[in-house]
Amino acid sequence: MAEKIVLLAHGSGGLLSHELITSLFLKHLGNPILNALEDASAIPLADDQGRLVGQVVLTTDSYVVKPIFFPGGDIGKLAICGTVNDLAMRGAVPLYFSAGFILEEGLPFADLERVLTSMAATAQAAGVRIVAGDTKVVERGGADKLFINTAGLGLVPPGVHISASAARPGDVVILNGAIGDHGLTIMTQREGLRFETPLQSDCAPLNSLVSAMLAVSPRIHALRDPTRGGLATALNEIATQSGVGIEIEEIAVPIHEPVRAASDLLGLDPFYVANEGKLIAILEEGDAGPLLEAMRTHPYGQEAAIVGRVTTEHPGRVALRTLLGTRRLLGMLTGEQLPRIC
Amino acid sequence: MKYTDEFRDPATAQRLIQEIRARATRPIRIMEFCGGHTHAIMRYGIRQALAPHVHMASGPGCPVCVTADTDIDYCIALARLPGVIVATFGDMARVPGSRSSLQEARAAGAEVRIVYSALDALELAREEPRRAVVMLGIGFETTAPTVAASIVRARELGLSNYYVYSMHKLTPPAMRSILDAGEVRLDAVLGPGHVTAIIGWRAWDFLPADYGIPCAVSGFEPLDILEAVRLLVELQGSEPRVVNAYSRGVTAEGNRVAQSLMSEVLEISPANWRGLGELPGSGLKLRPAYAAYDARLAFAVSPALSMEPASHPGCRCGEILRGVIEPPECRLFGRACTPARPIGPCMVSAEGACAAHYHYGSSLT
Repeated sequence: MAEKIVLLAHGSGGLLSHELITSLFLKHLGNPILNALEDASAIPLADDQGRLVGQVVLTTDSYVVKPIFFPGGDIGKLAICGTVNDLAMRGAVPLYFSAGFILEEGLPFADLERVLTSMAATAQAAGVRIVAGDTKVVERGGADKLFINTAGLGLVPPGVHISASAARPGDVVILNGAIGDHGLTIMTQREGLRFETPLQSDCAPLNSLVSAMLAVSPRIHALRDPTRGGLATALNEIATQSGVGIEIEEIAVPIHEPVRAASDLLGLDPFYVANEGKLIAILEEGDAGPLLEAMRTHPYGQEAAIVGRVTTEHPGRVALRTLLGTRRLLGMLTGEQLPRIC
Repeated sequence: MKYTDEFRDPATAQRLIQEIRARATRPIRIMEFCGGHTHAIMRYGIRQALAPHVHMASGPGCPVCVTADTDIDYCIALARLPGVIVATFGDMARVPGSRSSLQEARAAGAEVRIVYSALDALELAREEPRRAVVMLGIGFETTAPTVAASIVRARELGLSNYYVYSMHKLTPPAMRSILDAGEVRLDAVLGPGHVTAIIGWRAWDFLPADYGIPCAVSGFEPLDILEAVRLLVELQGSEPRVVNAYSRGVTAEGNRVAQSLMSEVLEISPANWRGLGELPGSGLKLRPAYAAYDARLAFAVSPALSMEPASHPGCRCGEILRGVIEPPECRLFGRACTPARPIGPCMVSAEGACAAHYHYGSSLT
């Protein structure tokens, strides 16, 4: 066997990423909080008497998207939205952020300023403040234009207990809108894939949507944003972490026509394509009606729909009822999503 | 109604499934030649819906899967040469050769770029005039014309740093080889839609004429496939013939422009297939007039790099490509061999039978 090295597929968000995290990162850095593998980690806060008074939630993410400007967003907007969303998926109100920049020698000031302007506007829209920062410059070739790391701190309101391990049999699975837009936008923008489409990234900060959802349904069990690895991978993570099965109705999952057309052309499955403005909500069926109503009046939830339900069958696995009415496994992403040949 | 919805209507699909099940008076075995069909059949659960009345067997129609180990090793060796950029379709990057894959070679420093067409590779050659760009010519009659076009264009542009390593293969000889081997009993063949759009459906006339079985050329939408299967089931017991169930894409004679482009640049040669071995007249190589673009002639790759031992022991991709066994019958399937860590190419490609079975065919219990 050759020496093990890091492959691009280790960063795809699928099975290989998961293996890398568990076999190396958790092995050396693991602790009960990190081992939970949530989008953001909840840290209990106690007063001087040792009584639990609340939870802060902390998360961090690095952004290396290429190209740095794309239809529907840019790396700056993404660096705020991604971290805001990770906090919001624990039901937390995002508050304070740090931002670290790795700049490649030769990056035009104008590009940097455009990114910062976008970051500022997105942070304002999401109600977060950037209170700590760092900048490093590396030699040409040492980075690709601009990488950004953000960390975010949020507070969980009292009474909210949201976790990817809290889905229960009988719950319904709700999606706030159509899948695949971000990933296919980026793929079609990348060098080498030159065709015109009306695709736009769905990149958006989802905290105000989550607040609106919690206002009508404070008992939401689980939330997850299906980013890298797509809807299928996020559902599998919930199924595994909650020890339940999930059944998805393919026909109920919204997919915009340009996404469907581009993914057919490239031989990609939209269920495995990244999203940056989508969330999966899992809650009791009885709470779903008012929640859907609230979501559909929010700009980021207009296409919200029930797409499936949680079951006691096949724990840890996700089943898909296909458009044809047949039933099959919906597995995790297992490598880079690559376009087909013929 | 959207174009795609028209071919994915659940009510029509259910009606076709019922009709097929009712008409199949005995178990009917159909080989889908094309990996694109395998993928769609598994993804939409068509296989499960038709069993046990109709058994769909996967064929050799996955370009990456049928690429021989020696060719993959040669590609990796090319990518390791200083000053060379290898341009390839995505799937190919992940296929394990005897010791490594192109993506591992890339992680170790080799220049491997994923492209979506040969014209992208040509563009790369224009952007990198001081380096040699080698396009890996993989695929059947569908991709060969675009690769041929890129060579013609390279000549027009006067590019001297663009090369093609042709591993292109022709589909009818592979189908013949499977039937001649007699390892599998087939009642009918689901003809590849995209390939037949190029070569024309008359190219499959040999199936009824020489082997007495019908062929239905099919598109890739679920209803295309179900309709083609319905026609094949209906033809059982009557005079076998080729039916064109993909008339919106396929004609009797095919795409003449693409055919003449191919024959201008490429000529028929023997080709080495994984699973089928060397088949005469089943490959395409560059004509002598275009020898300047032939990577086989331009680069001397050391035999120490390219002549490595053959496939991983235990890998049964060859039998899977011939339809002799089903992917789960391989003892590596889903255990040692998974899409995350593939041992054989059929587990790598989106068109590979093993990957399709792994992603879409596993039991839920």
